Amino acid sequence: MTQIVATTPGLYPLPEWAKDELADLKGHQKEDLVSGDEDEAISEAYERARGDVIDQQRTAGLDRVVEGQLRWDDMLAHPLVVADSVETGGIVRYYDNNNFYRDPIVTGPLAATGDVAAELDAAADRAGETPLQAVLPGPYSLADLATDEHYGDEAALLDAVTEFLADEIKQFPAVETLFLLEPSLAVNPPGDGPDEHASEAVDAVAGATDAGTEVVVHTYWEALEEKVYAHLMDAAVQAIGFDLVSDHDRNVYLAGEYGTKEDVALGLVDGQNTLVESPETIRERVEWFTDQSGEDFGTVYATANTELFYLPVNKFEAKLAALADAADLEEVHA
Amino acid sequence: MTGPREQFRPADHPHEHFILTTVVGSYPKPKWLHRARDLYEDEEANFGDEHFEEAKDDAARLITGEHERSGLDVVVDGEMRRNEMVEYFAHRIDGYEFNGRVKVWGHNYFDKPSVVDEVTYGEEWLVSEYEFTSGVASRPVKVPITGPYTLASWSFNEAYDSEEALAYDLADLVNEEIEALVDAGARYIQIDEPALATTPDDHAIVGECLDRIADDVPEVVRLGLHVCYGDYSRIYPEILDFPVHEFDLELANGDYEQIDVFTETEFTKDFAMGAVDAHVAEVESVEGIKENILHGLEVVPPERLTISPDCGLKLLPREVAYGKMENMVQAVREVEAELDAGEIDVAPAASADD
Repeated sequence: MTQIVATTPGLYPLPEWAKDELADLKGHQKEDLVSGDEDEAISEAYERARGDVIDQQRTAGLDRVVEGQLRWDDMLAHPLVVADSVETGGIVRYYDNNNFYRDPIVTGPLAATGDVAAELDAAADRAGETPLQAVLPGPYSLADLATDEHYGDEAALLDAVTEFLADEIKQFPAVETLFLLEPSLAVNPPGDGPDEHASEAVDAVAGATDAGTEVVVHTYWEALEEKVYAHLMDAAVQAIGFDLVSDHDRNVYLAGEYGTKEDVALGLVDGQNTLVESPETIRERVEWFTDQSGEDFGTVYATANTELFYLPVNKFEAKLAALADAADLEEVHA
Repeated sequence: MTGPREQFRPADHPHEHFILTTVVGSYPKPKWLHRARDLYEDEEANFGDEHFEEAKDDAARLITGEHERSGLDVVVDGEMRRNEMVEYFAHRIDGYEFNGRVKVWGHNYFDKPSVVDEVTYGEEWLVSEYEFTSGVASRPVKVPITGPYTLASWSFNEAYDSEEALAYDLADLVNEEIEALVDAGARYIQIDEPALATTPDDHAIVGECLDRIADDVPEVVRLGLHVCYGDYSRIYPEILDFPVHEFDLELANGDYEQIDVFTETEFTKDFAMGAVDAHVAEVESVEGIKENILHGLEVVPPERLTISPDCGLKLLPREVAYGKMENMVQAVREVEAELDAGEIDVAPAASADD
């Protein structure tokens, strides 16, 4: 019987009070953003905000708790931005969104920082009985977001980023699940050769986790190209994530045509629209995908398709509740 | 020359050549206007509608005058009455609601509205702003208006089947507003579509929106389109088919790296070129700006060139914003004099039947 696990891809909006308090403490300019060595007042504000969003997830009844990635001013580029040998350049567009991040320019050999591990340690204390889920950019996306001035070619940069992420993971506390977010695999797909390399990179990063951690590679905004998907199936992960909001037909085709893993993550609620899906709609989408793909899944991770920082706080909270309620519904029959 | 441009040449223009100078629109608000808004939003302060309106009138009068003092040929009120380029309009359109702030970058937020119902014309948008500004200005006034594609794209769409359908409905509202502005006497209207830079593949949708907007606008009215911070090769030359007289483009920011895009295919409209950077808090020298202007003359002859800053100046310190306008105008006047004297070679204008 399929188990439905309600969760999210993380990167939450800051609570309203924290938007103001942190803007006052940090400022509004490029040089004011998180660098990994925040002072005590800023750290303390983030700690309170982290507590708020963990409590919200538990109250909503999600089956996994994420740390919230509230410090990730540069979104998925965050782990690199706080690393040594990375300089921050100008503000650049974050995929096709009206959002911007600082260009991380790799100027020397990358080394893990433990920054994300420290966030997870703090979250673990607050998560209580709810299993903890880590969130990281996938290696292909993180390399895609970076500018290389050290490694010399894309393949070498990808290898370095892969090792960097693996070393970050080795510092993690025990986590139940790891979501690797790989939007670039969909929207800026690797060509022939690099597609296989991207899959190997995911495999290597997933391999750095503890034996007990379930790894989900989550893709969004578009469906993967067929070859990219076929290669990704070779990575030893427990689940691949599909964005059913952006393109359900292409995604279910991929799963039907090429098969998928024993578990699956489904992007069922829109992380970029304030319209709140009902639990029944969410559940129908799960059943549609299961029927159409012809797969019998062990676990379905019911999630938002994208990060959630795009939303105002009230709608963000409503979406958490809808996901949790959907997982708790009795099976619906259309 | 394309379109009704000559009406903006000042009666006392000192040169035979005329390169039109203007701004994109927004300008730093005086600190006291921000304080006035805080008071207005503070229920305990004794500061009501009447006081806030008076403050905004004062600011519009002041900044319009500041634009005139810098020597600009066509002025704006610096958008003193507008808080933000999407929010301002969404507050006046029925069918929108607001749920709270969302991140743009870092700790910069925007109260991104949601479209929850069919959009219809609610409160008046810009007519009274135009009437006030033209009443206090001695120079012609340009009206910047956020375009329907950006109004659609930078909102959450809960009500329409597609962003495209929403954009077309909004285009009809923008058309309605522009007709009212034209009736009120506006002769220079700039449609701002920065979202086109986010999703350049949608240029056909923007084109269809503009067809709806330009419909019935009399030929005496000059229509411009402002786009910024994007890869222009993805929208040019397709945008030349848009029914506007002028394209206003940011180029100083990238140090004219993209200028070749516009010389590879002949630029058949008026070219409003960013000659100063809107996001560098340092006033460029007159000499430096003159060099920038020469890039514009690679694209179009002087009678089709407009010079403006890259984008709205509102994020700059006010004295820097002023300095940029003043130096920009001086640079243009010097280039005009050099053109009159035959000291600058200009490629012959394309023949009229091109």
